Amino acid sequence: MALSDVFMIVSGSPAISGAIWFVVLTIVFYIARNHAHKGILSLSDAIHNAFRLSARSVKLLRDILVIRNRDVLLAQGREATERIIEREFERIDATVRKDLSEYPALHRHLNEEVTAIDESFKESTDVPPSPPAWVKAVEAVAKIPAAKGDPTVGNILEDIHQSLVKSSTRALEEYRKASSKRHSLLQKMMPHWRNVLKALQEVDKSVNSLLSRSVTIDRLMHDYEDILKGTDKAQRMLSSSSMTQFFIAGFVLAIAVGGAFINFNLIARPMSEMVGGSDMLMGFKTSSIAALVIILVEISLGLFLMESLRITRLFPVIGALNDKMRIKMVWITFIFLFALASVEAGLAYMREILMQDSQATLALLSETGGVTVEENSALWITTAAQMGLGFVLPFALTFVAIPLESFIHSMRTVLGTATVALLRVLEWFLRLMGNLMRSFGKVFVHTYDFLIFLPLSIEKLIKHKEGGDNTTDSSGAKIGGAL
Amino acid sequence: MKSGHRSYVILLVVAAFFLQSCSDEPVVPNTRGVYMLMDTSGTYTKELRQAQKVINYILSQLESGDSFAVARVDTGSFSEKDIVAKVTFQDRPSAANQQKRMFRDKIDKFVKTVKGSAYTDITGGILQGVEFLNEAGTGHNTILIFSDLKEELRKGYKRDIPLQVDKFSVVALNVTKLRSDNIDPREYLDRLEKWRSKVESGGGEWRVINDMARLEKILHKK
Repeated sequence: MALSDVFMIVSGSPAISGAIWFVVLTIVFYIARNHAHKGILSLSDAIHNAFRLSARSVKLLRDILVIRNRDVLLAQGREATERIIEREFERIDATVRKDLSEYPALHRHLNEEVTAIDESFKESTDVPPSPPAWVKAVEAVAKIPAAKGDPTVGNILEDIHQSLVKSSTRALEEYRKASSKRHSLLQKMMPHWRNVLKALQEVDKSVNSLLSRSVTIDRLMHDYEDILKGTDKAQRMLSSSSMTQFFIAGFVLAIAVGGAFINFNLIARPMSEMVGGSDMLMGFKTSSIAALVIILVEISLGLFLMESLRITRLFPVIGALNDKMRIKMVWITFIFLFALASVEAGLAYMREILMQDSQATLALLSETGGVTVEENSALWITTAAQMGLGFVLPFALTFVAIPLESFIHSMRTVLGTATVALLRVLEWFLRLMGNLMRSFGKVFVHTYDFLIFLPLSIEKLIKHKEGGDNTTDSSGAKIGGAL
Repeated sequence: MKSGHRSYVILLVVAAFFLQSCSDEPVVPNTRGVYMLMDTSGTYTKELRQAQKVINYILSQLESGDSFAVARVDTGSFSEKDIVAKVTFQDRPSAANQQKRMFRDKIDKFVKTVKGSAYTDITGGILQGVEFLNEAGTGHNTILIFSDLKEELRKGYKRDIPLQVDKFSVVALNVTKLRSDNIDPREYLDRLEKWRSKVESGGGEWRVINDMARLEKILHKK
């Protein structure tokens, strides 16, 4: 029996059938009104509660995630700050070791310089020979007037005068020599003074360096304490730093991907000479996959090299190796990397040869068939550049390890923050849906009443007549109460 | 990621790979096979220079692993003896280039010394081409017919055989109009229609390229 057959109570008259159905349904709805209201409101309440509970669960999850994010952030911050402080202490240690190891030599040097200065000073303080006391006697003799008519006395006096003048001149010369010697001794002291000054300046420099490092360590220790206490300031600082690191590392990684792509193009074509140009693996040319594998191996070796050099800390196993083994690993990875870089340079050269061969074949097969293309004399520059790139890029890709480490570490925080934001949106959505469902329940109740407005109006009229103005609409009150 | 989760991921990847390998659909090799028929009958011989250009173009487009053969259409073309040159390009691109040069030389020599045949057995040539390409085992097969498509069979030759060219692409190149076609173009159109229905009823794809400047449409792109 079709639905239309059920509907057509009076055959051939859909309007009368419709009217009968309307009356029947109105009566049924009116009779079932209270139960229907309760049912609708219960259903909307149930849905509302379900959404509310879900929102609460999401909120709990979000709270857990917030705590986890905070812990991760602080742990990372603590680790990073510890590393920096450790590094600063290592620098101080190196400075102190260097300066202290030089200190005995410096001390000896200063002592020697001071002794030299002291000796020179002592020597320079020797009393210069005083002019002879008999100079006055010479002057007195010189003043004796020559006896008149006695040339002998005059001659004697003249001789005495000359002898005395000679002695005086000699004494003056000796005095000048002694003074000159003293001056030269004092002049010799100058380099010693300069040496002392230089040594003291070096000491001053070292001390200042230590002082500036100690200021940095003070600041870092302050940050470290904040992180250990888990203060909001430290959290904000670390979160902001993490975001910045994420974007910077992402940018650098994108550049590295560009470098890897160029590297790939350099070796993909010549690789077909080694592994064949027609074999396919999972829909890709085997030669392309081989080239990609070589590049990935180079990147892996770069990671190990950086790890062995303790520049990055992605693999704790490598970091925990003893120094001897670590140095061995550095050399092994470097040799492998060097070998691969050399292979790449060779492949880049091979690429150029293949290109020329292909161009020659194409020229032969083209319309100009057989016309030889004049060789460009500057072609060696391209070849050399390709070989250079082939050799340098593997080493350049080694440094990918640094941004990769930053990216991975910061990604944990960024992903955590993004998930928290997502959960917040989900929570809001669930709450909104819950409230909407509750409101929809009320709307449905009113819609229900609207459909049976006729019997409700009659009921209201009857009650109004029976109870006068004081009678309240019990059904309305019920609905109001229910709502 | 926990080690348990990681092992699930690895298992999923392995399972996906296994399911792919167990798929009923046969794996089509990504290689191309081209068999070109050159009409050497009477008047069409002078068009062979054009055919040479087409061959050179195809040679420039084919890569390692692809197969290529050029055969003449004469009185009885269902024969290996009619294959002028054939090659499957080696894996190494440099060796493949060498093969291309040798192939070109062979074709040059053939074009210079070719003599016109009295009859034109195109169907026999197509049958030979299908056989050659099936044996070569290439993934995407194309038969090129460089002819005016007017088949003329010697008395006694049976060629009313349905073609088995399922998943083959049959391309008619440089279908020149004969003098009679100019008098009654319906002859030309009927000729084309006959070959189209013959190829398509055999499960193949039929195309006509008369403009030699549009050769890039001939081959399946890798």
